[in-house]
Amino acid sequence: MIKLDAKIPKGPLAEKWANYKDHQKLVNPANKRRLDIIVVGTGLAGASAAASLGELGFNVLSFCIQDSPRRAHSIAAQGGINAAKNYQNDGDSVYRLFYDTIKGGDYRAREANVYRLAEVSGNIIDQCVAQGVPFAREYGGLLDNRSFGGAQVSRTFYAKGQTGQQLLLGAYSALSRQIHNGNVKMHTRHEMLDIVIMDGRARGIITRNLVTGEIERYAAHAVIIATGGYGNVFYLSTNAMNSNGSVAMQVYRKGALFANPAYAQIHPTCIPVHGDYQSKLTLMSESLRNDGRIWVPKKLEDAKAIREGNLKPTEIAEEDRDYYLERRYPAFGNLVPRDVASRAAKERCDAGYGVATTGLAVFLDFSEAIKRLGKKTVEERYGNLFQMYEKITADNPYETPMMIYPAIHYTMGGIWVDYELMTTIPGCFSIGEANFSDHGANRLGASALMQGLADGYFVIPYTIQNYLADQIQVKHINTDSPEFVEAEKAVRERIERLMNIQGERSVDSLHKELGHVMWEYVGMGRTKASLEKALTRIKEIKKEFWSNVRIPGEADSLNTELEKALRVADFIDIGYLMALDGLNRNESCGGHFREEYQTPDGEALRDDARYSYASCWEYKGEDKDPVLNKEPLDYEFVQRQQRNYKS
Amino acid sequence: MYWLFNSSIGRKFIMSISGIFLVLFLLFHLSMNLTLLFSTDAYDLICEFLGANWYAIVGTLVLAGGVIIHIGYGTWLTLLNKKARGAERYASSNKTKTEWAAKNMWVLGFIIFLGLVIHFWNFWFNMQFAELIHSPNAVTQGSELVIALFSQPLFVVIYLVWLVALWFHLTHGVWSAFQTLGWNGKLWFSRLQVIANIVATVVMIGFAAVPLFFLITK
Amino acid sequence: MEKIINITLKVWRQKGPKVKGDFETHRLEGISGDTSFLEMLDILNEQLIHEGKEPIVFDNDCREGICGMCSLYINGHPHGPDDLITTCQLHMRHFNDGDTITVEPWRSAAFPIVRDLMVDRYAFDKIIQAGGYTSVNTGGVPDANAIPIPKVDADEAMDSASCIGCGACVAACKNGSAMLFVSAKVSQLALLPQGRIEAKARVKAMIAKMDELGFGNCTNTRACELECPKGVSISNIARLNREFLTAKFND
Repeated sequence: MIKLDAKIPKGPLAEKWANYKDHQKLVNPANKRRLDIIVVGTGLAGASAAASLGELGFNVLSFCIQDSPRRAHSIAAQGGINAAKNYQNDGDSVYRLFYDTIKGGDYRAREANVYRLAEVSGNIIDQCVAQGVPFAREYGGLLDNRSFGGAQVSRTFYAKGQTGQQLLLGAYSALSRQIHNGNVKMHTRHEMLDIVIMDGRARGIITRNLVTGEIERYAAHAVIIATGGYGNVFYLSTNAMNSNGSVAMQVYRKGALFANPAYAQIHPTCIPVHGDYQSKLTLMSESLRNDGRIWVPKKLEDAKAIREGNLKPTEIAEEDRDYYLERRYPAFGNLVPRDVASRAAKERCDAGYGVATTGLAVFLDFSEAIKRLGKKTVEERYGNLFQMYEKITADNPYETPMMIYPAIHYTMGGIWVDYELMTTIPGCFSIGEANFSDHGANRLGASALMQGLADGYFVIPYTIQNYLADQIQVKHINTDSPEFVEAEKAVRERIERLMNIQGERSVDSLHKELGHVMWEYVGMGRTKASLEKALTRIKEIKKEFWSNVRIPGEADSLNTELEKALRVADFIDIGYLMALDGLNRNESCGGHFREEYQTPDGEALRDDARYSYASCWEYKGEDKDPVLNKEPLDYEFVQRQQRNYKS
Repeated sequence: MYWLFNSSIGRKFIMSISGIFLVLFLLFHLSMNLTLLFSTDAYDLICEFLGANWYAIVGTLVLAGGVIIHIGYGTWLTLLNKKARGAERYASSNKTKTEWAAKNMWVLGFIIFLGLVIHFWNFWFNMQFAELIHSPNAVTQGSELVIALFSQPLFVVIYLVWLVALWFHLTHGVWSAFQTLGWNGKLWFSRLQVIANIVATVVMIGFAAVPLFFLITK
Repeated sequence: MEKIINITLKVWRQKGPKVKGDFETHRLEGISGDTSFLEMLDILNEQLIHEGKEPIVFDNDCREGICGMCSLYINGHPHGPDDLITTCQLHMRHFNDGDTITVEPWRSAAFPIVRDLMVDRYAFDKIIQAGGYTSVNTGGVPDANAIPIPKVDADEAMDSASCIGCGACVAACKNGSAMLFVSAKVSQLALLPQGRIEAKARVKAMIAKMDELGFGNCTNTRACELECPKGVSISNIARLNREFLTAKFND
């Protein structure tokens, strides 16, 4: 058991961050030049951190697996970014953003972290505008806002349906400037394969050059992990093909804790699955729920006729449509949080009202919005999303309702970090989706971008100095040390072991199998039995993988199958952790829904008395089950309630 | 001013300016030619006025400079672009629906250059050049040359081919020059294309009128 | 009705940047029209792995048309024969039964081939590093609403900024020119007051870098904008020319 110290500063909620900054240790400019920092990942969190640390004068080494730092998956975020600016004069405030986030996360997040997040949210918008991010504006020239799920104010800033792209390009341009200035050394197409620990501290990483296959060593005074989430455990998700959770597993195996693995977010508005060969699910932005209305037929026979292609959705009369979100949640309507909307869709489909040939889809209808606003306005707001939908499905959403279904989108769980965003390995930090910190059991829409940039621009540049201030006497670290040699050897052995299996099955086929198990048994609705089944099945898949996978080609050259295999090996272990965590948590909260624990009307039923903690799993060896550590979540400032989006 | 040689936009700037200069010259030359349709005497008067006088010589030299720069830069750019394209070609070729002329400017330019050589041999060699070397055969009555030449159908055809090439070259060249100079935008794009087509058509029909007129009326 | 087709694929295979490459032909049967082009290649790769061969290497990541990673030249078009999409958004319903489909990598001297259909586009990053940013450090910036920006300018900047850096413009250009890419970034920043401050230095630095990296000269063929998956317009190139010429004449 590890003694967990979240290092939350003392004092009233609103003063904690200011107090921390006032009293933390800093590194002077001359010493910054002598300190090296590795940042792995170049999404919003990684790129903004690398850029900001470079600006401060540290020597930064940045790594990404793509051919350019601009391609990290943050780029695909569509809808927007939250900030408590209250530009709309609709009653928003730092406290309200904090409260909405805590409530949206079903009271499973750490108060102090979330408050800090809300506090710096405004600075993010200022920073991005200064970088030239072309946010949407009103005719008066000021910034426009839209509304997102789980909020009753309009606090979401957006750039068409490409907000993530624009924010990432902003961070990428800041990063590019630091590369140009020589403060950041960029390593593209490099994948981290292990972390190097010396005297108990993170001192470097081992990477594989994805073009040449070479195994390389890099040393630094601190390592920041910004490698995103592990949603691809499910094979089909809205994540990019190369998004993976391997770095999280590497640090987990070296002493970091994996917190709340079971908390996975299922996004309600994705294009439904259509075939076995499908490789990826496409998200349709949550912003669509501002104007689109979600419904299924009221009558079972109508639903059946639609599935069989005998009836068109436009032929169903208004009174025969069940706008089930508006019916069940009058106060928030179509803008309930994601977990609630997803479960409601599943409930309707399970009851036989689903549409599409598979019966696994509901309608998202814009006909009313087009009538109210005109086609032109709808096109201005959502044109690119509609185009994207039409390209994939060959259906025109201006004429016929979209079909959507929930899909895995984001993982709230991740590497455990304290208030300073440091893991239990001293000198190893984790930021963005890779850590577990701010969203509790469910993340609100437009908050991932906020957290990534908050961590990278405004938190880590401060908190890392509190650690590095003690490291100024440490010289540049030598990569010839025994720890590096050892770590490299272990990486090579793992690769060799994989290459030598030469079995019958492709990596993808095993990944798909894992995905099916995860979706079936660790998906939207979990039970004790399903999770136990998952544990058994995952063990079987792991055995099959390590004895029957086939990786063609050579290890010391470009080898995409080897890359995938290394990631899938870790996905299998993450899947196991998720099921284990889900089994432990005998309650329903946010993205973790145990069917045994629900209110009479089907809402998540928390058990604050027994489960008000973050489950932090500690690695104990390859074939041993991990040990559970608990970080208690003491709610000092917020009164916990049953989440209510009805009134 | 080094940037006019070593930057891509600088080189394109030279192409545009020299191109616009040559278009203006064409319009001047055209106005001169068109007098032939009304009065051969007026035309001969202009020929005589220009002749081998100093201002005509200076004009010719400036014009030669413009032509040389335009062809020289055009060839240089084409070679640079070939190199930038890389050694391998697309096996499935390039099926982007672009203007045909836009992709064949150098080839069109080369045809125009060949036409120019013939044109010089037909006229300049017998007129200004002959005058300059004090040849006894120098022709001052330009209209005689014109009428003699265009009574031969072969030359009329050669000149028409030349003019068609010029038409294609100009339909792209004129708007492209403005685009390169930065005088274009979403609004101006279609306007400039219309202007380019008008200029190209006026130049082609205007120049073609003379040989056709003399072929028909011979 | 779901469309099912049989196709022949001619795919470019090349071991490395300096090695000679060649086409390889494969038959694929029973491909559904709802399959995306890259999923079709996944199916082919699965077959190749089963036959003990090395799968075809191609860049891809988000598979929803925004990361800019996928980059296939299909039947004479970058990103294939549909408008305003990336390769990953191309679906097999655009092909017919019995078609032969030729798949090639981007071809340009500035984008050397890494393996098969994967090319190295780091040249684009180098151009951005030369000046595609505003020189502001984190913190200490004015309030986001301190400078109002006319909606038309903000919208136009957004249109320019929608470039995903895929390189289709270079791949389509017979001159291997990167002008559309560079102009999109220059335009975005030139249209906004935050970017105006360094506009002159930026455009000069980015063009110098673009030329240095061996991209060709723009001859306004418009192939770039016709193939751009995000519909970035060549009016950006006109603006780039304008910005560059004014900057140079002001020196």
